[in-house]
Amino acid sequence: MADDDTTLDAADEARENVNEPPADPVLAAAAAAFPEAVAHESAGQPVIFLARDAWADFARWLHDDQGFDVLSDLCGVDHLLNAGRAVPAGVTPERFEVVANLTSFVHGGRLRAICEVPAADPVVPTLTGTYPGADWPERETFDLFGIRFDGHPDLTRILLPEDWQGHPLRKDDAPARVPVMFKGPGATPFQQARGR
Amino acid sequence: MTRDVEAREGERLEHLTDEGAQEMRVRAPGHDAPGDGGTEMVLTGQQWPETEETMIVNMGPQHPSTHGVLRLMLELDGETILRCKPIIGYLHTGMEKTGEELTYAQGGTNVTRMDYASPFHNETVFAVAAEHLLGIEVPPRARWIRMLLCELNRISSHLLFLATNGMDIGAVSMMIYGWREREEVLRFFEAVTGLRMNHNFIRVGGTAADLPDGWEDDVTRVCDLVMDGVFDYDGLLTENPIWIERTVGVGVITAEEAKALGVTGPILRSTGVPRDLRRSPDSPLPYGEVDFDVIYTQNGDCFDRYRIRLSEIVESVKIVRQCVEKMPLGDYRVQDLKVTPPPRKRIDESMEALIHHFKLFTEGFKVPAGETYQAVESPRGELGCYLVSDGTSRPCRMHVRAPSFYNLQALPTMLRGALVADSVAIISSVDPIMGDVDR
Repeated sequence: MADDDTTLDAADEARENVNEPPADPVLAAAAAAFPEAVAHESAGQPVIFLARDAWADFARWLHDDQGFDVLSDLCGVDHLLNAGRAVPAGVTPERFEVVANLTSFVHGGRLRAICEVPAADPVVPTLTGTYPGADWPERETFDLFGIRFDGHPDLTRILLPEDWQGHPLRKDDAPARVPVMFKGPGATPFQQARGR
Repeated sequence: MTRDVEAREGERLEHLTDEGAQEMRVRAPGHDAPGDGGTEMVLTGQQWPETEETMIVNMGPQHPSTHGVLRLMLELDGETILRCKPIIGYLHTGMEKTGEELTYAQGGTNVTRMDYASPFHNETVFAVAAEHLLGIEVPPRARWIRMLLCELNRISSHLLFLATNGMDIGAVSMMIYGWREREEVLRFFEAVTGLRMNHNFIRVGGTAADLPDGWEDDVTRVCDLVMDGVFDYDGLLTENPIWIERTVGVGVITAEEAKALGVTGPILRSTGVPRDLRRSPDSPLPYGEVDFDVIYTQNGDCFDRYRIRLSEIVESVKIVRQCVEKMPLGDYRVQDLKVTPPPRKRIDESMEALIHHFKLFTEGFKVPAGETYQAVESPRGELGCYLVSDGTSRPCRMHVRAPSFYNLQALPTMLRGALVADSVAIISSVDPIMGDVDR
């Protein structure tokens, strides 16, 4: 097993070397403009944690002042089973996170913005005012996580049927809850109604 | 009594099969999407008689030109599309949920089925994200094998586009030609991985196997065949007056609209933005060591999107030929016993190997807690994977940034003011893969 340990140590060292980018200039500027935001580097990638009331303003600031002209991705995360997770100092971990990955075509930089969303009040301001492309990903996040986006022009289900109950990517949503037809005789209400 | 039951049953079935409200909702004021508006309509040089009536038409989800199960709600004024709302989700199978149930070693089988026309890119981006969290460095040969397969996959995917695009616009011989050459590429995939699609060949830590003996000759033969084909397609379509009439100036999107809507890939490059993640300095594949051009044009119409993809086949062939020349020797998987299972033979000889094998295939390897976003340039654009690990052997969250999902979002913009007949050409030029859109 000694060999394994050395391999892992080497991997750890390599990883630490990889994770030493120069301090990200956008993170520094963000810390100055948004003092409540928590800047952080996750495995070498710049990440910033924002409060919900600063979420839309921050996106506007990134878009207008920092050249982040494209919203690459927006998704939700449910940390229900992972409540004791490690978060940077100054961040209150909540059940849900809304994660936006932003890209600049101007200087090629990337930035990940994360907003902690409490389970009791899962509402986040929409980013569609700044990035019209947030339309579908926010609908998808609403559909799968039940996180509502305040101010979204058309917040409806997108992947699931409109009358679907529940939000399947929540960790407490039972995946096999849908009744299955044709599982044994008399299994469906229809068969029961017919007296079979 | 029986009638009563049947009536109630009828109501129940009606409720079950009801797809909900069918009208296009009016968007909240102040949120005019780029796809809305456009009411002026000119038909054969004459102003259409003024009328308040427009018609809502459902196109799809089973229309052959909707590339699977895309449904478009079109608001028509005569032949002109005023508004369009794409309805997706018909192919939603909860693959992101499934990804949370599978270990990192099994995850490749799941992601490879998302964008089924470019499975290698899906596998690569998932493997790269997991490797980034693990902090392991993949051997050079594995990275080059990945690049070789990804570029061949780009060729096969663009050939699929050319075939279906030709078929949608009416050049049916193009369909046969495209599939003829694509078949050769798939045959090579079968020789390497054993499967034509959904390979699960690119694993966390490297690839499943080394390239087979004589792969250089096979690849060179495929490249020659594809290049012969490209010259044929070029002669058949590029200066064909019917083709030009159907595609030039159709489905125009500007660079600003494309960036605002998150559009990437050939559609973005057709608007004059030379954005290609293969050129990115943090590209996980060794694209910096090969010579190729990023193709981009200025017009943003269907013709440019066709021309970019045709030219990208040539560039991919260039990369593949350089892979044949420069393929390094060495391991094809990282030699880390905690990630890579031991060879079968070692299991009979070594207790440790047996333990590792057992642990890797029952529990799987544990990935340190953390989160990462990795992206590669798939044939359709930026394919990203956002991976959250909670320190166990299964991802806490596995989200795939599907390029088709964002590209399809721009469809209303491209369709604004277009004719219904052109909508088929425009949908086709987006090259959506519904498995990727719906996941």
